[in-house]
Amino acid sequence: MKASLIIGVVIITVLSLVAVFAPIISTHDPAEIDRDNLLVAPSRRHLMGTDSLGRDIFSRIVYGARISLSIGIIAVGIATLIGIFLGALAGFYGRWVDSLIMRFVDLMLCFPTFFLILAVVAILEPSIYNIMVIIGLTSWMGTARLIRAEILSLKEREFIQAARAIGASNLRIIIRHLIPNGIGPVIISAILGIAGAILIESALSFLGLGVQPPIPSWGNILIEAKSTLGIAWWLTLYPGLFILITILGFNLVADGLRERFLGQSLNE
Amino acid sequence: MNNLLTLQNLSIEFRKPRRRADLSQAAPEVKEASLQVGENEIVGLVGESGSGKTVSTLAITRILPPNAQIKSGQAVFEGKDLLKMKEDELRQVRGKKIAYIFQEPTMYLNPLLTVGTQVAEVLTAHQKKDKLSAEQEAIRLLSNVAIPGPAQVFYDYPHQLSGGMNQRIMIAQALALRPRLLIADEPTTNLDVDTENEILELLLDLQKEIGFSCLFITHNLGLVKRLCRRVYVMYAGRVVEEGDIEGIFKNPLHAHTKALVGAYLKLGS
Repeated sequence: MKASLIIGVVIITVLSLVAVFAPIISTHDPAEIDRDNLLVAPSRRHLMGTDSLGRDIFSRIVYGARISLSIGIIAVGIATLIGIFLGALAGFYGRWVDSLIMRFVDLMLCFPTFFLILAVVAILEPSIYNIMVIIGLTSWMGTARLIRAEILSLKEREFIQAARAIGASNLRIIIRHLIPNGIGPVIISAILGIAGAILIESALSFLGLGVQPPIPSWGNILIEAKSTLGIAWWLTLYPGLFILITILGFNLVADGLRERFLGQSLNE
Repeated sequence: MNNLLTLQNLSIEFRKPRRRADLSQAAPEVKEASLQVGENEIVGLVGESGSGKTVSTLAITRILPPNAQIKSGQAVFEGKDLLKMKEDELRQVRGKKIAYIFQEPTMYLNPLLTVGTQVAEVLTAHQKKDKLSAEQEAIRLLSNVAIPGPAQVFYDYPHQLSGGMNQRIMIAQALALRPRLLIADEPTTNLDVDTENEILELLLDLQKEIGFSCLFITHNLGLVKRLCRRVYVMYAGRVVEEGDIEGIFKNPLHAHTKALVGAYLKLGS
């Protein structure tokens, strides 16, 4: 197994554990305001310092991992389900179903997704759930194209004809025979998609349209960092570092899996 | 003898391929093909590659590739024309009344499912059976086709088994619901001679035991002679000759039949 895949898996595992055991790992209440310790530099008491309200950055980052990872995973889950559903329909039924769905995909791809998300979040209220759903609803197109392409080639295969010959229904053929055989590339793109969704959430939060304080997210810790950049470097460094490592972890895993299962690498 | 299946004047056309590169592969067409299969009868269908044997038999339950179109004809099975039947109704015929086995069995099995699951799938697709009883039934079916250790083989994947074993799996799957008609499309072409023998013996035994009609497609007249009394010869999409196997061997009428018989006799001598 490639070293990059192992490193990626380790990063994601550690981050997931951090997210799950956040209450145990964190040293402070992430929303606790401490007026006596504003903008304290990293020390033994505050491992990553405090922000301008005296909240412990380490604890906020640990709890932020929960928010970031769950947004990433759920948003991608939604996107993948929609993508598989529409892509499978398009690939299997072909003709006008295919044209209709794929033109819709083209239409969705024409939108500058990030600004669409911004606009929608600005109209609805920017809660965690809205953000998950909106990111999911605007990022399924790649998955749809992938699964459609897989199904287009798979449906010509002999075992699909054999499935028809035993009287399997279209639904059964799609769910039991086509999708499982074409899911490989989709899983890889979903893992990459988690990284993308985390980035979008961070960007939204940074713009103040994402997760709202006092709920900590890596993006909204950075908002405050912006105004105190000159005097409190730890506010920028740590959340940025965590975003970086997380994205790196998911990318390494996706690339490792791609090389292992599809025999091609992103970086070559 | 009563006819179980009567195929009449079946014509199949292929839509022209869009890309020029595909033009070199001449698509087999079927022109006005007719044949009958009686109850409990094994009928041979011989012809060279591309003569339309496979396409005509796929047309019987309308599982043709999407670029093929049935132009005209009838396929009367148990008194009903399958070519005019509604898709839902036809699905009840596929696998339950008419079953197929193909050449290259490994390609015709889903690589991601265990072979046992795939045998059980025929049962669950047609009957309201819970998973457990379908699995037990599938293990019983595997032992019927003389698979050693069926309870273990159940959990094997197609790539773990030999071509001969996979063909047994296909046979178990095909005969699971005791179909009236088995369409065997060159089931032994890619198997070695010993395995071919075993599979043929198995088919003959099962045919005696459960009783079904069989349309046996091959380009090997030797097999036809062994299995069938009656044979149809296809050439370039047409059924050019039909009759008793003895008659065809003694007095082949069509030039292609003569060539086939000649080839067989030359091999034999």
